[in-house]
Amino acid sequence: MERLVIIGNGIAGITTALEVRARDPRVRITVISSESKYHYSRPALMYIFMGHLKFRDTMPYPPTFWEKKKIELVHGYVEEIDSSDQKVRLASGTAFSYDKLVLATGSKSNTFGWPGEDLTGVLGLYNLQDLEKLEQLVPNASSAVIVGGGLIGIELGEMLHSRGIHVTFLIRECSYWNSVLPDEESQMINHVIRAENMEIVPSSLLAEILPDSTGRVRAIVTEDGREISCQIVGLTPGVHPNKTLAQAASIPTHKGILVNQYLETRIPNIYACGDCAEIQNEVEGSSRVESIWYTGKFQGETLARNLTGERVTYDPGIFYNSAKFLDLEYQVYGTVQKQNPDDTHYYWCSKNGLHSLRLVERGGALIGVNLMGIRYRHRTCEEWIKQKLSVKEVLPLLGEANFDPEFSKRFEPEIVAAFAEELR
Amino acid sequence: MSLVQIHSSNPKSRHATTTLFRIGTYIGLLLFFASLCPRLYEFFQSVAPSYLPLLLTFGLTTLSAIGWIASLYTGTTPGIKHNGTQTQGISSRGIGAWILGVLITAFYVYLYFYQDLTAAGFLPLFAPWIDIVDPLARLLANAPADQWFLYGSLYTSAILIMGIRMLYRYRHNRYHILRTLSVMFCQLGLAFLLPAFLRKLQQPEFYFTYFWPLKYDYLFPDSAHSLIQSGGVGVFMFFWGAVMALIATPVLTYFFGKRWYCSWVCGCGGLAETAGDPFRHLSSKSERAWILERWLIHSILVIIILITVLLWANEYAGRSLLGGWTYSAKSLYGLYIGAIFSGVIGVGFYPLLGSRVWCRFGCPMAAILGIFQRCFSRFRITVNGGQCISCGNCSTYCEMGIDVKAYAQRGENIVRASCVGCGVCAAVCPRGVLALENGPVKIGRFSGSDKGALRILKDSVLTRRIYEA
Ligand SMILES: Cc1cc2nc3c(=O)[nH]c(=O)nc-3n(C[C@H](O)[C@H](O)[C@H](O)COP(=O)(O)OP(=O)(O)OC[C@H]3O[C@@H](n4cnc5c(N)ncnc54)[C@H](O)[C@@H]3O)c2cc1C
Ligand code: SF4
Ligand code: SF4
Repeated sequence: MERLVIIGNGIAGITTALEVRARDPRVRITVISSESKYHYSRPALMYIFMGHLKFRDTMPYPPTFWEKKKIELVHGYVEEIDSSDQKVRLASGTAFSYDKLVLATGSKSNTFGWPGEDLTGVLGLYNLQDLEKLEQLVPNASSAVIVGGGLIGIELGEMLHSRGIHVTFLIRECSYWNSVLPDEESQMINHVIRAENMEIVPSSLLAEILPDSTGRVRAIVTEDGREISCQIVGLTPGVHPNKTLAQAASIPTHKGILVNQYLETRIPNIYACGDCAEIQNEVEGSSRVESIWYTGKFQGETLARNLTGERVTYDPGIFYNSAKFLDLEYQVYGTVQKQNPDDTHYYWCSKNGLHSLRLVERGGALIGVNLMGIRYRHRTCEEWIKQKLSVKEVLPLLGEANFDPEFSKRFEPEIVAAFAEELR
Repeated sequence: MSLVQIHSSNPKSRHATTTLFRIGTYIGLLLFFASLCPRLYEFFQSVAPSYLPLLLTFGLTTLSAIGWIASLYTGTTPGIKHNGTQTQGISSRGIGAWILGVLITAFYVYLYFYQDLTAAGFLPLFAPWIDIVDPLARLLANAPADQWFLYGSLYTSAILIMGIRMLYRYRHNRYHILRTLSVMFCQLGLAFLLPAFLRKLQQPEFYFTYFWPLKYDYLFPDSAHSLIQSGGVGVFMFFWGAVMALIATPVLTYFFGKRWYCSWVCGCGGLAETAGDPFRHLSSKSERAWILERWLIHSILVIIILITVLLWANEYAGRSLLGGWTYSAKSLYGLYIGAIFSGVIGVGFYPLLGSRVWCRFGCPMAAILGIFQRCFSRFRITVNGGQCISCGNCSTYCEMGIDVKAYAQRGENIVRASCVGCGVCAAVCPRGVLALENGPVKIGRFSGSDKGALRILKDSVLTRRIYEA
């Protein structure tokens, strides 16, 4: 391989570039991306808007770093891939030829064809352009409705709230993010949202967004006919893989760009990783799209190894993630499913309702840990799950995992006592 | 499920109280500055009792400022709220920041060169201010106030007022509450009241929280002689200074890292952690700043060690070794490093360069502590596995300019000489990735989170006991 071209400078594309460089000092690497010249941390978007960070603070590597690593950055939009000539062409007309091409084009915000979703004042939260739009909307807004809840919804809510805009969440379930979180944790999020004087309208679906005479958002209407006036509508019902470019180039896609366990598309010398990829497991006959930060990193690393002579399948390992709901921290390790008859749940919650721990056991082995307002050590939890320890075996070890700041109140004695009671 | 409902109180009435306290603060400050006008001040003195100016300036400003801060934070939920820090006014190098910077710088220049300036015919600007704090000096120290007592009063109020702001800001985090209380106590009790009290008892002036080489002259032969000659208390002071500098410093740093001093005890650190907090993100994170830092701070350390050694050598040689040379070295150090660097640049430039300029680039004490911390200490900042999302909050809010995320995103622990262990990187991290820890030197000091650090084992013994019971 002499020339590697990567489309998309998100975590997946950039990890691929850096890991290839670490293994091959000579290959020419070009990263083309349309959103920004430099790689930045997408999860930090909210902090730019809230004034915690400047854009440059969210760049994981300083601008001078790319020269040192001899990675060429091109700020532009790829319009066309010519897979027979092995070339990509930018909107500006410039063309780049490649030996290997990586698609790391990320996601796009979901919309469901709601009437009025193209009005001024309606937006999702995915990229820097969304932030710019939001900046323009905020001075003329006093209230906002966020449709879809979820991890991005709460961030958008916090952002608007920080600028004094009244926020209402319209959610399909009866409690926030209840599609993923067990009831108790989900209830906890309801409480912290309401404690900030934000509103939740549960069990309701968006029917329509209404314009005023100038074509701006005036209100939304729910399916049961309720009208809520607002000047901003945040649509955050999840994201879907950005496969526009791949489709145009006739690269096979389904939910996302289809790749095998080696992250190869069906077209020779073209690969995909990160949010845009749908990874098929031929053996199991299953496929999955993963749209979180660390899987983008892992996929990029696996792909880099495959691009530099190794042959390894993608193994995401034991799942983990973390998030923050306003001031409430959330961590998860392993599998925590809401309703699975095979699972036994051990749940503890502090008296003030702001700290909780859930251990999930299946077939006598710990499979998942869910934490709100308590931090646990990633490696320790992973180790327990890998070693298939039972909850009974894990209990005496709980304290080892605690990762809360020094002098914090330790809940383990209480938790252990409570769970020991249940186990008896 | 029970949950503490933390509903915001009525925003309108909160707004009104905030405005009231704000006006009080401004009036106090205005009177303070207005008193610099001699005519006005003389008039005031002629009609009012002597302590009234103190109450109307220091008293009014301090109380209103505390009320202002309290009303800003009541009704808000505890948690990290850096909203607008990088976009609004004084904390983002706006015009207010420049004005503040110039004012503080001018104050320091005037303070350190007061005698020279007034001798050279400049107005004795501070005279009314010194007058204002005079009743306090008489009360505490039984002595008239001078410009240094004025400085001490201002410094202490700044730490107390802004310390209360820190307590509100980090009320969800016990580490920050404790260390803020600690610096407030050390400043008020040990660096302000106690020295004044000692003066009252006709004992030598001494600060129990400052050690050589930051307080370089505490191990100079002159001070040794004068302390020891002054009798019992003085002897204790000299030995306290020597033991703290030479024995306690390495031992405590081995166990806790340099933070035991820099963000729990030290007055310079205390000011940076309280009054300097709004400016902490302004520290440069560039590689060049890091290189400059290492050169400067270690050179200054070498210089002060050399001066100290030379002074003692000279002393033993019957003060004949180098003649006046050592003494001019001593006074030059005092002028350029002790006054201009630590005061004028170190504090004056808070609003422009961040709060720890002196601690990072100049302080020889930080240099020594840093060497211990990097080479043999149990302290490290542990990174929690792969949870980092590279958001950059940690690096941005590190007042020492450490690019924390560069380590965190690779899953590596942070073991850096300059880290003062303020814990803010860990507090602002939205994914709970960082934890300050003291653990075994040999196990997992540089690699990311693993089990096995002592603090953790202790807990597990505890839980085990409860489980088995
Ligand atoms: C607001 C928000 C918060 C999030 N928070 C978290 C979190 O806390 N934890 C977590 O795990 N995940 C989080 N995520 C998800 C995470 O950010 C994504 O999974 C991750 O960024 C995906 O990385 P990627 O490299 O696959 O794609 P992206 O980061 O989307 O990068 C793709 C890039 O490709 C560019 N591109 C696309 N098409 C073209 C083209 N034709 N030509 C040129 N350039 C093109 C795009 O402009 C984009 O910059 C968050 C997402 C959002 C939106
Ligand atoms: S690394 Fe963290 S603890 Fe150390 S000085 Fe920086 S912010 Fe403070
Ligand atoms: S603040 Fe936390 S998540 Fe953000 S870069 Fe630092 S360690 Fe990573």
